Amino acid sequence: MTRPLVTTALCLRGVGAGYRGRPVVHDVTVQVPGGSWLAVLGPNGSGKSTLLKSMAGLVDSTGELLVHGRPVSTMGNRERARAIGYAPQIPALPDGLTVTDYVLLGRTPHLGPLGREGPSDLSLVAEVLTRLDLSNLAGRPLRTLSGGERQRTVLARVLAQQAGVLLLDEPTTGLDIGHAQALLELVDGLRTTEGVTVVTTLHDLTLAAQYPDQVLLLDAGEVAAVGSPSHVLTAERLARHYAANLTVLTGPDGHPVVAPVRGH
Amino acid sequence: MATGTTRLSRWHVLGAALVLAGVLVSAALFGAIDLDWHRVIAEVVAQLTGGVSPLTEQESAILWQLRMPRVVLGGLVGAALACSGATFQGVFRNPLADPYLLGAAAGAGMVVTGMVVLAPHTPASFLPVAAFTGSIGGVGLTWTLGRSAGSGTAHLLLAGVAVASFLTAVQTFVQQLNTDTLQRVYGFILGGLATTGWNQVLAVLPYLVVTSIVLCACAGLLDVLALGDEEATSLGIRPGLVRALVLGAASLATAAAVSVSGLIGFVGIVVPHLIRLLFGASYRVVVPLSLVGGAVFLMVADVVARTALAPAELPIGVVTAFSGAPFFILVLRATGGRRS
Repeated sequence: MTRPLVTTALCLRGVGAGYRGRPVVHDVTVQVPGGSWLAVLGPNGSGKSTLLKSMAGLVDSTGELLVHGRPVSTMGNRERARAIGYAPQIPALPDGLTVTDYVLLGRTPHLGPLGREGPSDLSLVAEVLTRLDLSNLAGRPLRTLSGGERQRTVLARVLAQQAGVLLLDEPTTGLDIGHAQALLELVDGLRTTEGVTVVTTLHDLTLAAQYPDQVLLLDAGEVAAVGSPSHVLTAERLARHYAANLTVLTGPDGHPVVAPVRGH
Repeated sequence: MATGTTRLSRWHVLGAALVLAGVLVSAALFGAIDLDWHRVIAEVVAQLTGGVSPLTEQESAILWQLRMPRVVLGGLVGAALACSGATFQGVFRNPLADPYLLGAAAGAGMVVTGMVVLAPHTPASFLPVAAFTGSIGGVGLTWTLGRSAGSGTAHLLLAGVAVASFLTAVQTFVQQLNTDTLQRVYGFILGGLATTGWNQVLAVLPYLVVTSIVLCACAGLLDVLALGDEEATSLGIRPGLVRALVLGAASLATAAAVSVSGLIGFVGIVVPHLIRLLFGASYRVVVPLSLVGGAVFLMVADVVARTALAPAELPIGVVTAFSGAPFFILVLRATGGRRS
């Protein structure tokens, strides 16, 4: 018996995506249940970011792309923005804005035509800042933040959007392992407590083995494998698609640990 | 409730209103004929309350028919240029963008010069519309050339320099066609408010009111545009539509200002930067406060233009350049040349 559609937050059937008629991603089919975490993996240039952008409706796509059962292509911009939050790999952080000003931009799809935030918007942003431990930075200009603080601020902006689906393109870019872990724990906590559905691209395969429920491996725009991390992240498969010498160990928590092996 | 927001408070509005009113009345005190400040204030109060005027008929005419329209027009032009400058900086995500660097002013100047030289009897009320076509044409040309060369802001600004230079060359060529109008054209190029009457104020007022409302209403969207087109789209706005709307409004405001005051530089760069330094970088405060700051800046500059070499007058564009250029360098040093 198939899973009822309403529990599927994101459904992609035969999705292709690209730029100005140049296809980058081909025939992607995957279902992401509500409240789960999908990681899109693959070597550089495999189409991970393009696939994420297609889910956000930011690039031309073909095939069937449903969010909570509704085709993304039929949604208006604001409606889509209320359903899907998106953070790019290198977010623009206008350096003169304060943390609060920036996070308030996440309320844009909920504001009226004159764009004035109400007390409820300000309260919600205050809550998000508290939850992400950013309250003490609220009035700080973005340019004064460290890398970890910046990533948390971007996440806060996406959370302020109150979308049920979060698309995070390389959220750990530029973070050391401690900050990367802290950020992914934070995302995982939000997924558990808020029930949001998370799709991330990730480069670190060991981290990708620990947090997501399923991973999708792309290579040259095609789906090479999809399934649970332990099913997809095998040494033979990764070596083939990443053109790398590596081995996959089993960590103390039972998750795969991908370790590079120096070639001879 | 969230703290650390940069938003317009009632104190901003009250302070801006008081400064604006103070500078407006103060600017009207300066001129060839000395009017006592307390009598001028009593006159303003009398006009507002329907009381008895303390001024003679001649003094009253000097105040209301000569000085006030000039001061008010200076305020309107300054507001338009500063607000447009802030908007251009937001749209192009570049702190150096202003009506002059993007060809908006040069386009408007070229068309107005053409009207002065080739159709000298054109009604003054038509000039803002004519200037608007030149302004939009200038920005459109800059935009098209810049985008064809690359997507960076450097391409855009270089295209703006090229377009502005070309349009200025065309303007110079046109002005040489008729030597009888040379003086009028030169006066226009240097910028000035000397021939101002209420007619000119009324000619530009509707354009400036409408464009100011549009630009202030869209100020929050400029903050969203600062995230780049992809993120702005992911937040539910249509960047192209917003850009077209605010560029149209900013170009119309610039054109209306240029059509009555000629080419007055630096207002569009200096004032928004000063507002950013004092009140924060969100366009929600930068755009509306630039309106007031621009008005104050140009009214003060006009007082200097009228009094520095009295009884002769300096072109106001010279005054804004004298004060604006060093100030701009200070701003650049203070901000370390950061992006807006």
